[in-house]
Amino acid sequence: MRKELRFSGSGGQGVITAAIIFAEAAVAEGKEAVQSQSYGPEARGGASKAEVIIDDKTIYHPHVETPDLVLAMTQKAADKYYKDLNPDGLLVLDEELVPNPPDFPHIVRVPITKLAIEEVGKPLFANIVALGALTHLTGLVSFDQVKDSVSHRVPQVGWDAVEGK
Amino acid sequence: MERSYEKYFRQNRLPHLWCPGCGNGIAMKAIVQAIEKKGLSQDNTVIVSGIGCSSRASGYMDFDTLHTAHGRAIPFATGIKLANPDLNVVVITGDGDCTAIGGNHFIHGCRRNVDLTIVLFNNEIYGMTGGQASPMTPLGKKATTAPYGSVDRPFDACKLAQAAGATYVARSTAFHVNHLVDMIAGGLDNKGFSFIEAYVQCPTAYGRKNKMGSPANMLKWMRDNAVMKAAWDKLPDDKKTGEKFPIGLFYSAPAEDYDTAYDEVIERAGGATK
Amino acid sequence: MAKARLMQGNEACAEGAIAAGVNFFAGYPITPSTEIAETMAKLLPKHGGKFVQMEDEIGSMGAILGAALAGAKSMDATSGPGFSLKQELIGYAACAEIPCVLVNVQRVGPSTGQPTAPSQADVMQARWGTHGDHPIIALAPWSVRETYDVTVMAVNYAERFRTPVILLMDEVVGHLREKVVLPEHVDVYPRRKPKKTRAEGYQPYTPDDDLVPNVADFGQGYHIHVTGLIHDETGFPVGSPKITEDSIARLHEKIARAGDEIIHTESSFMDDAEYAVLAYGGTARTAYEAVRAARAKGIKVGLVRLITIWPFADKVVAALAKKMKGILVAEMNYGQLVGEVRRAAAGACPVELCGKYNMQAFVPAEIESAIDALVAAHQ
Repeated sequence: MRKELRFSGSGGQGVITAAIIFAEAAVAEGKEAVQSQSYGPEARGGASKAEVIIDDKTIYHPHVETPDLVLAMTQKAADKYYKDLNPDGLLVLDEELVPNPPDFPHIVRVPITKLAIEEVGKPLFANIVALGALTHLTGLVSFDQVKDSVSHRVPQVGWDAVEGK
Repeated sequence: MERSYEKYFRQNRLPHLWCPGCGNGIAMKAIVQAIEKKGLSQDNTVIVSGIGCSSRASGYMDFDTLHTAHGRAIPFATGIKLANPDLNVVVITGDGDCTAIGGNHFIHGCRRNVDLTIVLFNNEIYGMTGGQASPMTPLGKKATTAPYGSVDRPFDACKLAQAAGATYVARSTAFHVNHLVDMIAGGLDNKGFSFIEAYVQCPTAYGRKNKMGSPANMLKWMRDNAVMKAAWDKLPDDKKTGEKFPIGLFYSAPAEDYDTAYDEVIERAGGATK
Repeated sequence: MAKARLMQGNEACAEGAIAAGVNFFAGYPITPSTEIAETMAKLLPKHGGKFVQMEDEIGSMGAILGAALAGAKSMDATSGPGFSLKQELIGYAACAEIPCVLVNVQRVGPSTGQPTAPSQADVMQARWGTHGDHPIIALAPWSVRETYDVTVMAVNYAERFRTPVILLMDEVVGHLREKVVLPEHVDVYPRRKPKKTRAEGYQPYTPDDDLVPNVADFGQGYHIHVTGLIHDETGFPVGSPKITEDSIARLHEKIARAGDEIIHTESSFMDDAEYAVLAYGGTARTAYEAVRAARAKGIKVGLVRLITIWPFADKVVAALAKKMKGILVAEMNYGQLVGEVRRAAAGACPVELCGKYNMQAFVPAEIESAIDALVAAHQ
């Protein structure tokens, strides 16, 4: 059941934190999970990419080869990171920040940052909104577990953000 | 004559390797006299040194002693003191060891204010390697690497220590032995980073290159040029001429030492307190 | 049983160190090792230990050596450029026989290189980086859980042999987060103690039966002298050819004679193997995947993983070479440990390199095609 997920955006959007929380939720549910990341030297604004692999068996090679899902929170990340997607995989885009969706058959556009601003009141929580969307879309981890993992990492978050309301 | 300080030396390691007339022995003896004066236990005091003529002193002193790498005495001493705060830690270093290769450790040691007592034997030259210029060789003085006179502007190590945050800063000379003992003893009293510069004569390298005459003449030079701080402060600037320099306690501003501050870190972290 | 956690390799290193009794850490920030210092700064004061951020890489190495002499179990962590700067004091620790652990989370070099990118290019520096002649122990974990275990092992070896131990991590494992269940108990090797009093003629550098001296900690009343100069059993420098020779030979021999205890390797798919991939650290995870894929194609290939890099597993490799039709060494560099493998194989079978040094970690297909090429060339 190896599933490979890639979270991408720019530094400061919290994609690495989102990936860590997703992997933590999987571990808490007894699955095998690894999380890795790459980033530019800038703390804010540089390209940022995090990867999560979830499996029911031991994971050896720890990096994503053919992602089953790519989340892109910027146009630049979308253009750069969708190309090696599994043809049956899913490309999840921030609706506002990726105005020109790449040419891929399975795309889901979610107003991630807009929801974070309008519903949660903080663009900083866009990553948590994204996490909610991915939980819905993948079914890899349960909603309650993700909520629990979020509360460990980001105690101040509003639950509406996770539930994607 | 009572020679009670002799018990602080490893008799089987003497005589020392310093040249006849060298001032290092005077400074070394001043350290143990200050230790005796303050009643520090030999079992509980560690002498840490770097590399160079000065730093050979550790081997002659009957304590736990550590002869480290060039310039690194202060970091080693920092580790010792933080690992076992019950130990008194004295660092012996030289002008090259402390202010050239160890310069970064020196200023950060001052800033960090770990409870260490640093005694810098300033012979104004690299003695062990045969007389090269150090960052404390005065302008115009000769060394094998400054055969036409040094044009490198020298450090005033006491000013450097004070500016960098040392909480006790003093200077004395091998001529002013009792004063030197007092200056070191004051450093041992200060719970924080104490810095004492001790002028010592190097007749073999510095003295010979700079035509300073015999060791006795070099001591006389200290007598004639060192000015007690109180008198120095009253001297008008136009009288602070030639080779005159101040000695005495320049700065004393006790402040919380690193280890005491770290106890608060332990408390904030919820760890076990002592 | 302890709970499963998602933990980063660098965090596991810090947690393992604390479990093994490390109570002093001095460090200087450098990517990709910084999380070790950060975790130690957070955890040590909770566990009665101390953390100090020093002014530079050399200072932090000096501080851990001083702390070790005063009785602490001490550790420092760095990456390539810092590792270079610490070399003199690694040699000092070897010569003065000071127990300590130095972690090097390797990144791409030379010079500043690629700070956030993985590499395994300090393998030879770990062995030969210092001036002079001394042995070293270097260990390379391949997973987060093993990082914990190997850190404990490193601390124990440092104490057991009174020597610096290098934990040769790589960015792949250091920054990887993965599921771990930590053990509830680890065995800890205690600080060696003097067996004689001063009055009985104690000398700090008299070797015990295992050739390791029982050097007293400072503050115990022994009045010992410690120096980086070559010294005799008293600890004082001696300029004698005989003592110099004996002293250097003993440093080597105390580690060499314990080789079977120190050298750890692990084999997978090796029972009927005709070819072997040899790898270590993060690369071995990818090599495992490649071997599994090659097996699926019917190639009789296995994986031999080195956990102990130094001392080198000469006997393991020599025996392996006699049985294999070919060995492939996969490492993230231009070819370092492959030279040791060739030396130990001594011509018994061909040894090929699969090297990578472009700031990206291996993917399984690269090693798999190198296996195909090895098989095609050496039937």
